[in-house]
Amino acid sequence: MVSYLKEYVRLAANSLRKRRLRTWLTMIGIFIGIAAVVSLISLGQGMQKAIEEQFFQLGADKLTVQTKGVATGPPRSNSDVQLTTRDLEVVQRVQGVQVATGRLIEPITVEFNDKEKFLYLASLPEDPDERALVMESANVEEKDFRYGRALAPSDQLKVVMSEDYYNNPKFDGKALRVGDKITIEGRTVDVVGFFKKTGNPFVDIAFVMNENVVRDLVGEPEKLGMIVAQASPGADMGLVADAMEKDLRKSRNVKEGREDFEVQTAEETLSTFKTVLSIVTAVLIGIAAISLLVGGIGIMNTMYTSVLERRREIGIMKAIGARNSDISTIFLIEAGLLGTIGGAIGIFLGIAFSKIVEVIATLALGTTLIQASFPWYLILGSLVFSFTVGSLAGVFPAMQAAKLPPVEALRQ
Amino acid sequence: MADKHRGKGNSIIRLKNVWKTYTMGEAEVHALQGLDLEVEEGEFLSIMGPSGSGKSTAMNMIGCLDIPTKGEIYLDGVNIATLHESDLAQIRGRKIGFIFQKFNLIPTLSAKQNIMLPMIFQGIPEAERHERAEELLKLVDLADRMDHRPGELSGGQQQRVAIARALAVSPTVILADEPTGNLDSKTGGTVMEFLRKLHKEKGATIVMVTHDEHVAKNADRIEYLRDGAIVKRYK
Repeated sequence: MVSYLKEYVRLAANSLRKRRLRTWLTMIGIFIGIAAVVSLISLGQGMQKAIEEQFFQLGADKLTVQTKGVATGPPRSNSDVQLTTRDLEVVQRVQGVQVATGRLIEPITVEFNDKEKFLYLASLPEDPDERALVMESANVEEKDFRYGRALAPSDQLKVVMSEDYYNNPKFDGKALRVGDKITIEGRTVDVVGFFKKTGNPFVDIAFVMNENVVRDLVGEPEKLGMIVAQASPGADMGLVADAMEKDLRKSRNVKEGREDFEVQTAEETLSTFKTVLSIVTAVLIGIAAISLLVGGIGIMNTMYTSVLERRREIGIMKAIGARNSDISTIFLIEAGLLGTIGGAIGIFLGIAFSKIVEVIATLALGTTLIQASFPWYLILGSLVFSFTVGSLAGVFPAMQAAKLPPVEALRQ
Repeated sequence: MADKHRGKGNSIIRLKNVWKTYTMGEAEVHALQGLDLEVEEGEFLSIMGPSGSGKSTAMNMIGCLDIPTKGEIYLDGVNIATLHESDLAQIRGRKIGFIFQKFNLIPTLSAKQNIMLPMIFQGIPEAERHERAEELLKLVDLADRMDHRPGELSGGQQQRVAIARALAVSPTVILADEPTGNLDSKTGGTVMEFLRKLHKEKGATIVMVTHDEHVAKNADRIEYLRDGAIVKRYK
């Protein structure tokens, strides 16, 4: 059985080789589809993995409070709804909260080298526990300062930022250095340090100063952009979140169901991300699937042509003892080969494409969120799928070939 | 003389009142009209007749490529007129060796692969296929051409490969349809030489269709066909 299957594969491969141009053209249909599916899934999976890692770093024991409608990142500053230091005090008193801190993240204008830029200024609390919590959530430690130093609680007009600003000339061809004087909201500020890039774009883009200085600079004595809380060890995150919501509703005087704020555990935030990501991925894969369908039809078309062209060959094979099942097997293998080879090339192209996207994203956008990931089941699944598409497309042409009466097939 | 053997039960092919009718649009064409024919084991028979006489149709019937509209065809004692395509394919593969006018080799396969092809359909193990194909190539004096594709061989060489292919599964009967029709007389002569040798030395049963009297005379017996029936017998 295996021995002549091998021969059938050889026969099928022979005939594909003989019609090289057509074979390639047919396979293009499949490999574009497979390449699209592979790269979309690998990027989607990679992104999901990267986001999961980010959240893992942030920690499963963290909760965030934000005004409603803001999923992540710097909250909208023009919103009427605000969190304030009063909310922070409420959160700090919630049962099961070990430490909580607020962060003010405000848009600012920065001037340097006669170039003005609009950036974000993020606050760093002076309280040591709160400070540690912020540093931990941002995934930055003292030793991560590549150039200069970290902020001391007593620093006044000093600013730190990610090494992105050191490595890239962001101010009209000029990069920042330790000791540079820049103007923030009209005040002269000293650059004292650069921490290593975290991969989280929101952390990497912001300028960071001590909280009291930020409040002074932007004229916001009590506003908070977001509140981050760390639960006590072993606390039930769901219960802590519920208690926090209840207390905040009371202090902000809003009814249940009409909250103008949102308490999210890391897990909840993650699942929101995942849902959005999987919807986007599914839609894109749906589009790619259409191209696979077209590719399959292409194979079918090629196989029908092939059956017509090879009527005589079919007749000869039947005359020397090929059964209908032998003929259809040979044609099915041929169609399956078209699918599989096309699929293999598609997988290769897909991997190459998503790697290129990853490199470009890392270099140009400076984010490590876009990571290509190639789980074994993606590769194997794509191969099996492309083989299936090819074989299915070959079923009808193969049946047609098998049914040819030998005398008629030979008469041509 | 042939009549003497008939009824002894050693006839390997027997056609009894075989009819074949094709419908071409409105008209019915009777390609065979009550053909009776017997071939004995080890016999070399030529079937002659003008074009349209039904000789190719008769050949297709004996070769199990087609089934009659009416009548009985016994091949090795089995009535093939009632069999289905998959059974017919089995019989073709095991009992018939075809030699065609246009050689009918698979162009993408080498000479050796062409000879091995019928053995693949019979499920003969790979080692045996190689051995037998090489043996047969030697027999037709083409051992040095085994890896050549049909396009790289002359007409005579191609027909010799076809003969080797016909012998691959040690068939009961060799059917040759105008085997020299596409060859010049000298090459045709060589091919006929091989067929005669097969018949004489190996005792092969051969049925050959031709319209060339000279070629037909290589056989033990000649049957003349006209309008789908035998009109004359020669020994």
